[in-house]
Amino acid sequence: MSTTETVAGAAGEASEKGMPQLNFATWPNQVFWLLVALVIIYIVMTKIAMPRIAAVLAERKGRIGGDLAAAEELKSKAKAAEAAYNLALEQARLEAAKIIAATKAEIQKDLNAAMADADAQISAKAAESEKRIAEIRAGAVQAVAEVARETAGALVTALGGTADDKAIEAAVAARLKG
Amino acid sequence: MADEAGGLVIDPMHQFQIHPLFGEGPLMWYTPTNQTLWLGITVVVISLLMLIGSAPRKVIPGRTQSIAELLYSFIHDMVEEVTGHEGAKFFPYLMVLFTFIVTSNLLGLLPGSFSPTSHIAVTAVLAVMVFLTVTLVGFYKKGIGFLGMFWVSSAPLPLRPILALIELISYFVRPLSHSIRLGGNIMAGHAVIKVFAGFAGVMGIASVVPIAAIAAIYGLELLVAVVQAYVFTILTCVYLRDAVGEAHH
Repeated sequence: MSTTETVAGAAGEASEKGMPQLNFATWPNQVFWLLVALVIIYIVMTKIAMPRIAAVLAERKGRIGGDLAAAEELKSKAKAAEAAYNLALEQARLEAAKIIAATKAEIQKDLNAAMADADAQISAKAAESEKRIAEIRAGAVQAVAEVARETAGALVTALGGTADDKAIEAAVAARLKG
Repeated sequence: MADEAGGLVIDPMHQFQIHPLFGEGPLMWYTPTNQTLWLGITVVVISLLMLIGSAPRKVIPGRTQSIAELLYSFIHDMVEEVTGHEGAKFFPYLMVLFTFIVTSNLLGLLPGSFSPTSHIAVTAVLAVMVFLTVTLVGFYKKGIGFLGMFWVSSAPLPLRPILALIELISYFVRPLSHSIRLGGNIMAGHAVIKVFAGFAGVMGIASVVPIAAIAAIYGLELLVAVVQAYVFTILTCVYLRDAVGEAHH
């Protein structure tokens, strides 16, 4: 064990055997280098690494907070927009209902006027027609009386009688009345 | 070396020997040793991790930045939670403690490496620093009232002097248990692996058994390396709470 001997030679005779941990001759060396190492780590940590990481974490926290706030704001904006949209929709509906009612009334008015006009025309036409019918009827009665007189005169002549115009006239008139 | 001579000669403590890095000269307090080398590697690894990890300063972190930020937040939350708001100014100190111990422990698991934390001298310095910090800060902050933590006011009056004695003894045993817990765990794990490795060297084909055991123990040691660093740091937080926080008896 040449290495052990080297250390023992360096560290003194007493702690040659046993645990190297309990070789107190090496302790000053260990403590010195440990403190050097710790001081370097401490400087690296406190001067460079930890402020950087703290800044990054703070920035991230701020960013997340900011994003959340922005999202909240956008959400409220969207809500407001929705409300405005609903209001506009409601107003448009009312407006439409009004227009519909107005148009309906106008159409009704036109319709009524047209109907009245048509009724007047129809009644005028009907009156005219009635007159004509009455004329025709009167004409027809006249014609029938004429034909009856002639026929009666012809019949009487054919039966060997003498056609008395006055008697025939009276008879036809009496018949037509009946 | 003894192992190479053949036969089952296992010297599990040989790996902890400290020897000068250059030459054979006497070991002075400033002589660079194999431990110095690994302390230096620990410093370099931590510095690179923290410097590269904090350099990009991206809002959405990359891998290295995530690791650095995770370490930062982990220790920050631990200090805030255990020590309270008053302890926040010790955060850099605990950050150094934790990163140093965990990095040194993990680097020590590399084959052929050296664990500074397996040496009682190293852990004792760390523990004594904590002890002195707690004691000095305690007296500075609370004056003579710091001694109140030994006077258990919730216990019956006749018991209090006895409890005060026990509390006082346990207070002074703290640095001892604090340092030996860490150093002993790391040393024991390395020694056990070395013992199994010694078996593996002489068992021929049957050496798969000790090699499998080494693999299993190695996994356990990875856990121990992190857990012991965590335990050391959180105990430091608990001790610091005595100095700065409310009494918790």
